[in-house]
Amino acid sequence: MGIIKTKGLVHDFIRRDEDDNVESITTALDHVDLDVKEGQFIAILGHNGSGKSTLAKHINALLSATEGTIWVDGMDVSKEENVIPVRKSAGMVFQNPDNQIIANIVEEDVAFGPENIGVPTEEIWERVEKSLGAVRMTKYRNHSPNKLSGGQKQRVAIAGVMAMEPKCIVFDEPTAMLDPNGRKDVLKAAHELNKTKGVTVLLITHYMEEVVDADYVYVMENGKIIMDGTPREIFSRVEELKAHRLDVPQMTLLAHELRQAGLPIPNGILTREELIEAIMKVK
Amino acid sequence: MIRDITIGQYYPADSLLHRLDPRVKLFTTVIYIIALFSFKGIVGLALITGFLYYVIKISKVPFRFMTRGLKAIIVLVVITSIFSLLGTPGDIVFWKWKSLQLTDAGIINAVLMTIRLVYLILGTSLMTLTTTPNQLTNGLETALAPLNKFHVPVHSIAMMMSIALRFIPILIEETDKIMKAQMARGADFENGNLIQKAKAMVPLLVPLFVSAFRRAEDLAMAMEARCYNGGEGRTKMKPLKYTQEDYNAYGIVIGFLVLVIIAANVVPFPQ
Repeated sequence: MGIIKTKGLVHDFIRRDEDDNVESITTALDHVDLDVKEGQFIAILGHNGSGKSTLAKHINALLSATEGTIWVDGMDVSKEENVIPVRKSAGMVFQNPDNQIIANIVEEDVAFGPENIGVPTEEIWERVEKSLGAVRMTKYRNHSPNKLSGGQKQRVAIAGVMAMEPKCIVFDEPTAMLDPNGRKDVLKAAHELNKTKGVTVLLITHYMEEVVDADYVYVMENGKIIMDGTPREIFSRVEELKAHRLDVPQMTLLAHELRQAGLPIPNGILTREELIEAIMKVK
Repeated sequence: MIRDITIGQYYPADSLLHRLDPRVKLFTTVIYIIALFSFKGIVGLALITGFLYYVIKISKVPFRFMTRGLKAIIVLVVITSIFSLLGTPGDIVFWKWKSLQLTDAGIINAVLMTIRLVYLILGTSLMTLTTTPNQLTNGLETALAPLNKFHVPVHSIAMMMSIALRFIPILIEETDKIMKAQMARGADFENGNLIQKAKAMVPLLVPLFVSAFRRAEDLAMAMEARCYNGGEGRTKMKPLKYTQEDYNAYGIVIGFLVLVIIAANVVPFPQ
């Protein structure tokens, strides 16, 4: 079993009126099956309202399933006694950088998680040191988070999760509120954690460009997983993606259109370098 | 930039007073207030003045920072001293009109009241000037920990205080943004009388409240995701630890209170 596994996961948001009668039911997750191996970099793509954030909250035991089961690191999330251990092994970075920083000083915020799980004081200092170093924010350790840019705040949030030494981190649209530079820094930090520390990363996003470097991609719509595969596999199905109103990375789109125009260019081109190489071969 | 404002009035410097444990400073403030309201006679006043002067001296905080706090209470000082000046019955009456009178006891009372209020502000603002809001909440949490036994949620209160401190600048910035957005759509916050101005605040407060609640929800979720589970079983990155300096300070402060009480009983003159 992988580090995150779901089986037939269903989540209904039920709206009730004042008399407790059911007004409407929105199915945010509709029988989702997922299996993530340890150490992978997974991307989950989808529009707003596709259920991807709901899925993320299930992994962190912030919501409980209407139907189906989810295991994190072999633990059944629905069991009360597993909630804290699950949160310990699966950290989460949220979308809004301002609303997830708790303390008034960067290093104290990074220490918040370890403090909660009862790590001894000396070890907290070590962990804070290491995590801030990992996201290259050591310089700002005594600053107030209010004086940092969005990307820096998001890196502090990542350090805060890292300091709890989780096996996997869920990024719930971490770059949606950032400028291009901040976005680049945050993604770089996520990839570094995955490569150097072997942390399993689940990146939830609606930017296609961020998906290109992932090991495996799931595409969600209306609470269902509609496509899954490596980025190359997914992006070679350009027409299908278009039908779901999803964008394709620029280079993939260009390659696709060139191919449609008659050039013999292979399927599933993701980067500029690959496209250049493919065009060079055409003669 | 609006985010640069500091909350509280902390004055950063490296002095003995800044280094002291916040619990010591809280304790000292309480003792100082007790001394201030229990001293009698000129010797007691001299002791307190000397103590205050010494503490201000070692704090390395410029004196003008302390007088800032005084400006805010000047009206209060004037009103209370006028009341005690004209409302205290005494042995020697200088002037009398209906129930108002000017007596020797009244003059002494007014002078003492002014001195007490001014010293009170100087002493307590010295504490906030040398202690960061963080240290202060931390100190309060530790110092009030015994109240847990009486089911006072000390940890939660301290947590709320520090979160409030963190969000004040963010909410101020947000207010600024909403205000500009409403002004761009023709809202008028500046003109009109008090009632009109208050009414103009409604379209400002509603979105601000909505966004504050949304933030609170997000923050609660982020805290839960990081295993926050109340104060139980929590460790601290910066636990408060007494040093020799703190013990010395405790000794000095208690000695000071004892001296003031002795002075009040041995030389209670004048008054």
